[in-house]
Amino acid sequence: MGKITLEKVTKSFGDVNVIPPLDLTIEDGEFCVFVGPSGCGKSTLLRLIAGLEDISSGAIKIDGNDASNTPPAKRGLAMVFQSYALYPHMSVRKNIAFPMKMAGVPQEEQDKRIAAAAKALNLTDYLDRRPGQLSGGQRQRVAIGRAIVREPAAFLFDEPLSNLDAALRVGMRMEIGELHAKLQTTMIYVTHDQVEAMTMADKIVVLRAGNIEQVGSPLELYRAPRNLFVAGFIGSPKMNLIEGNAAQQHGATTIGVRPEHIDITDSGPWTGTVGVAEHLGSDTFLHVHDTGLAETVTVRATGEVGFKHGDKVTLAPREDLIHRFDRDGLRVA
Amino acid sequence: MARAVTSRRKAINTAAAWTVGLLIFFPILWTILTSFKTEAQAIADPPIFLGFDWTLENYRVVQERSDYMSFLWNSVIIAGGSTLLGVLIAVPAAWSMAFVPSKRTKDILLWMLSTKMLPAVGVLYPIYLICIELGLLDSRAALVVILMLINLPIIVWMLYTYFREIPGEILEASRMDGAGLKEEILHVLTPMAIPGIASTILLNFILAWNEAFWTLNLTAANAAPLTAFIASYSSPEGLFYAKLSAASTMAIAPILILGWFSQKQLVRGLTFGAVK
Repeated sequence: MGKITLEKVTKSFGDVNVIPPLDLTIEDGEFCVFVGPSGCGKSTLLRLIAGLEDISSGAIKIDGNDASNTPPAKRGLAMVFQSYALYPHMSVRKNIAFPMKMAGVPQEEQDKRIAAAAKALNLTDYLDRRPGQLSGGQRQRVAIGRAIVREPAAFLFDEPLSNLDAALRVGMRMEIGELHAKLQTTMIYVTHDQVEAMTMADKIVVLRAGNIEQVGSPLELYRAPRNLFVAGFIGSPKMNLIEGNAAQQHGATTIGVRPEHIDITDSGPWTGTVGVAEHLGSDTFLHVHDTGLAETVTVRATGEVGFKHGDKVTLAPREDLIHRFDRDGLRVA
Repeated sequence: MARAVTSRRKAINTAAAWTVGLLIFFPILWTILTSFKTEAQAIADPPIFLGFDWTLENYRVVQERSDYMSFLWNSVIIAGGSTLLGVLIAVPAAWSMAFVPSKRTKDILLWMLSTKMLPAVGVLYPIYLICIELGLLDSRAALVVILMLINLPIIVWMLYTYFREIPGEILEASRMDGAGLKEEILHVLTPMAIPGIASTILLNFILAWNEAFWTLNLTAANAAPLTAFIASYSSPEGLFYAKLSAASTMAIAPILILGWFSQKQLVRGLTFGAVK
């Protein structure tokens, strides 16, 4: 079981208030992603849950029990660090065995769990190596192995993929997803990468300056961002945020149109010149200037379109998919 | 940045380094040479460098007159005991300063170092009286404690520098893995800091071995280490340079050999943190 509840949790470092009062519930078995730009407090929040930092006020409950003053070792949570944080003086086997040794798990059971974890993570041939002899991806798998053998109430991941190269990152993302599907254990995952958040999460928590901007499933956030910050942060490429006359026509201070919700047609409100055309094969992203709007408009077209720099295009946003925001940046229903 | 070093420049540097090295080593070399001379040759004017009658006579006399092994044993106990005790106390101290520093940590470190600026003789009288009061005069236990306290600031400083190089996330990982404070220090921090701890032990063993002020003032016969052994040959009834040299050579030989075999560790230890 691993239901985690934060009640009016705050954290200050000296006079600096990093986390204002914050409430959040993470259900048992949920894959919850904390996402936000760097310095938004997402890692601090994770460290508060882990117990590596003390909360300044409020309460953290794990399965209903107040764990606010419980040391990290006793919270029953496992953590995977950005730097992997393996023990360099121990073999892979001993690294994985360490939490079980600390918990006093009998040797026979230890061996069984190590073998199972090594098999699941493709580490069987590397058990007697030191972490220094492994590649980044293998080290990350050892760190995950060390976390799963404890059978924790919840897993905490602190930007676990940011030290890996792009190809490995996609692979590990899927492995972690598979792991969650298999174990059905609560996972809390911190990242600054909204693609990771969108692809992995059951629930995304968008943070800015310690405040929760919005909580919801990936598609809820995509379809109905609560404010301009979430609108700009979720989705790739970024949503076009347009102010001025075009917005006023829709009765809003700002309107948002996702690049994939703009069609290139013969008749539409915006006609402009293609600046940069990014041909990805599957998609083409056009950055269109001089449409009469102050902002450059990004459009997602199919992969095979032949537009190039300097071409004239006419754009039509899909009216029913335009997001409207008021003067305070909040969504207008 | 790599700088082009001309071969001439390299030769000059090498020559300069050897000159300085030989200058520093010369007194030791002279002591060793003198120990093989007769008393007359030892004070010959002009001094004889190598062309003397090599003799082991001084070593025989020194062996006969005093029990070298008992002095040696005292030195080992005092230097070894004070170093080990110091490390046992300094590891947790350096741990807390390196990984859970408070606002005052820097001040405490400086304050500890400032005790090294106190002239030892300034506290000789009180410490002497305390030793009498506790019946610890001329005892190895008293010297173990006193030398440990004298070297503790250096041990804490050295370990602190080493520990600062260890990534905190690894210690946090051990905490998440269920390690308490004791297990964290024993199973994770100490094994990772072994090279640093080893050179700290080595350096402090040498410092304690060579310490003369306290060992001479607080011992008579029972606890006297090799420093007292040397001092006993600089007698007021006449200068016996050859025998004094033989005693000195015997006293510094163990530490010289230890230093020779561990010079890599020592150099690494002394330059750690300075060069990355």
